[in-house]
Amino acid sequence: MHDVTHAKQRRRDLILAAVFVALAACVPLFVKDVYVQNIMVLTLMYAGLSQSWNILGGYCGQISLGHALYFGLGAYVTAILLTKFDVLPWFGMLTGGIISALIALALGYPTFRLGGHYFAIATIVIAEIAYLLFLNWDWAGAALGIDIMVREDSWAKFQFTRSKLPYFYFALFFAAVAWLVTWWLENSKWGYWWRAVKDNPDAAESLGVVVFKSKMGAGAISAFLTAIGGAFYAMFVSYIDPESVMSFQFSLLISLPAVLGGIGTLWGPVLGAVVLIPVTELTRSFIGGSGRGVDLIVYGSLIVIVSLTRPDGLLGLFSRKRKKEAVQ
Amino acid sequence: MTALLETRGVWQRFGGLVANSDVSISVGRGEIVGLIGPNGAGKSTLFNLIAGVRPPTQGTIWLDGEDITATPATERCRRGIGRTFQVVKSFETMTVIDNVIVGALVRSTEMRAARRKAFEVLEFCGLAARADVMASELIPSEKRRLEVARALATEPKLLLLDEVLTGLTPLEAQTGVELVRRVRETGVTVLMVEHVMEIVMPLVDRAIVLDLGKVLVEGKPTDVVRDPKVIAAYLGDRHAVGA
Repeated sequence: MHDVTHAKQRRRDLILAAVFVALAACVPLFVKDVYVQNIMVLTLMYAGLSQSWNILGGYCGQISLGHALYFGLGAYVTAILLTKFDVLPWFGMLTGGIISALIALALGYPTFRLGGHYFAIATIVIAEIAYLLFLNWDWAGAALGIDIMVREDSWAKFQFTRSKLPYFYFALFFAAVAWLVTWWLENSKWGYWWRAVKDNPDAAESLGVVVFKSKMGAGAISAFLTAIGGAFYAMFVSYIDPESVMSFQFSLLISLPAVLGGIGTLWGPVLGAVVLIPVTELTRSFIGGSGRGVDLIVYGSLIVIVSLTRPDGLLGLFSRKRKKEAVQ
Repeated sequence: MTALLETRGVWQRFGGLVANSDVSISVGRGEIVGLIGPNGAGKSTLFNLIAGVRPPTQGTIWLDGEDITATPATERCRRGIGRTFQVVKSFETMTVIDNVIVGALVRSTEMRAARRKAFEVLEFCGLAARADVMASELIPSEKRRLEVARALATEPKLLLLDEVLTGLTPLEAQTGVELVRRVRETGVTVLMVEHVMEIVMPLVDRAIVLDLGKVLVEGKPTDVVRDPKVIAAYLGDRHAVGA
């Protein structure tokens, strides 16, 4: 029967994800190079971030180019709570997520009424305003940022000096959770509502979809998860300033893996991050200090190539193959 | 017994243009009613008012004895109005069955039940074989049927069909006519906008002819087609005299 094949497909995705996580968890046993481990941490983090972005941008079709705001908020809330109030980063992370979700709702209230490109423009402007505010907000460190003093290795304080492995495993956990949340939502009322809203809001309304409410839901979940990633990043680099967590570049870095891999798909963000992040990190280090911005040129070229050859993202390569197999 | 759907003195103005003036119609339970008229008669405007796209400038709309004039489209769907669009609005990046599931979710948020319901509706509409195809890959007549399937999945009391039979080959149109008949057999009331008279007339129980935004004639299809006023509206006064 039809629903059986669907359930099978979903189970296959879940098993595949479990296998990937298990394999990824074993990689550090063989790769001891700190530089490579660093790239792996960033790849996983961006996979999770892009997966979070994909909920709003991919499934619900509301292209946000301001996710740096939620990323930065997660980082700032965690850093401020830890340095000023001695709150453990785990609580900071959660608080940052909740604050981001609330702000996403407050911002969504006016902006989700905007159609098409106007929404994207609004998100850029809002994130830029937040960036400027933090740049001038003395209590939050202003342009100097916040230095998170690292004392001793501790899971409670989520600080590790000797090894990058704990960060790696948390990043893996984060990417896995973001994927799992997407996997679960994809087959829920919300997932269907979002895709309907993206494809045709008028038709969606005629079928009982509450368009505005579903956008708000997508925005809040997406912001929450993005902030978790931001909080992690603050602890990972142990120093943040507006430039390093809230600049426009992050909005791009968060959205591009999903766009490259396959927007609005379950596997797109993961695939995109695995391809994109190592490439940019490597270009950055090979070309060195003088090559500032070259990584972004690489990005741009990749996006142009993908949108010209495979508009549905890299994932399209696989589904095409699958279809051929099905025909045979 | 009150009518299932009623419009009372409905007006719709767009700036200086009066698209509907003082339109009062009613549709009884279990009927198939055709809303016909020449281009620009105000059929689609009235249709959209009933579907809840916008509130009328003046007048009220009633469903099942309740005033739904101010009820938004989303809520009207919940109350039992399903609709199709004249220019098809499929969810193009979704599969055929996923399109229908969106509709089914109004009545059941349990995914497996919604999926089962969607598949049943697809079988009913003759689209089951295409369930896993992307909506964008359907041919035009299939897209029309998908529109109907999606609306049926919301379990409407009243199904509004906006030119679902227009622009089809005779064979496709015949399949469409049979589908509408079967829909009515399941107890759903149908209000359909069409301007191809020869297709709808054998199908409908009653026809309402709009012209220049007003109800011109209403009655049995066989009487309506012979009415000189209707012929005049469609073909011009000269022909009416000849009839």
